[in-house]
Amino acid sequence: MHIMEGYLPLQWCIIWFVISLIVVAFGIYQIKKIVDETPESKALLAVSGAFMFILSSLKLPSVTGSCSHPCGNGLGAALFGPAVTAVLATIVLIFQALLLAHGGLTTLGANIFSMGIVGPVIAWIVYKGLIKANISSTIAVFFAAFLGDLLTYVATSFQLALAFPAPTFGAALSNFLIIFAVTQIPLAIGEGILTVIIWDRLKAYKPKLLDKLGALAPNEA
Amino acid sequence: MKTSTLIILAIICAIIFIAPLAMYHGHGEDDGYFGGSDDAASEAIEATHFKPWFSSIWEPPSGEIESLLFALQAAIGAIIIGYFFGYWRGQGKEE
Repeated sequence: MHIMEGYLPLQWCIIWFVISLIVVAFGIYQIKKIVDETPESKALLAVSGAFMFILSSLKLPSVTGSCSHPCGNGLGAALFGPAVTAVLATIVLIFQALLLAHGGLTTLGANIFSMGIVGPVIAWIVYKGLIKANISSTIAVFFAAFLGDLLTYVATSFQLALAFPAPTFGAALSNFLIIFAVTQIPLAIGEGILTVIIWDRLKAYKPKLLDKLGALAPNEA
Repeated sequence: MKTSTLIILAIICAIIFIAPLAMYHGHGEDDGYFGGSDDAASEAIEATHFKPWFSSIWEPPSGEIESLLFALQAAIGAIIIGYFFGYWRGQGKEE
């Protein structure tokens, strides 16, 4: 989902930067509030960020014969919501842009928008919806992580099709969706399973903290 | 969840990522397999005659250095998760 450095026209760089900046600023405000109210959640923030660090560094083979990487954004979204996850994604993306020439500074806004905003927003909506319906948080987190990962790549496809609608927007979109989204399906399933494993341990170690953050289904609390 | 369930989940996960290696056994980068989707997208963009207008301020000078930095990224994440999970587990046992 990384749009490479310099691979987006300037006006799109600016648009995605502005949107992402607003969300990230709100996320920083939310982190301050969460840490003030529940200081123990600092460790959970670190774990969510670390999970994203690991998962986005793993380039995995897919059944389509090409490689891509998971995002790890479902965990943070389930625990803290999308804005906080956008801040965590920003840290990961800056690390990769500066040290790995993966993504870039000009495309940072666009990449934050897909991995830090669209994916986490979908993951968060799915997660909250499922636990409200009293579905076990462990199952809910699978679907949150699966869809968060997949929709991150769908978002990138839309961003690229908007910037490069050649020959038409629809044709460009299906081209980018084939490159990104189809490759991503098995990886997203894998990410869902890995998130479930981490979630299961979190639930075993820190049930009260998860409950305090409102991250458990009503019948689990 | 029982430990056995967690192990089964981990095995399923491993199968998902090993399967492509078995399916395309014998193929490699030279005949277009296992390339990165990000690179494929960049090629598709170049096909529209778009000229990238900015390039990375620093790039890993070789594949070796790049893999070093990717391993470092994963290690940082793994240390943090391992530290807190170990800490919490010990805490739970004391209580």
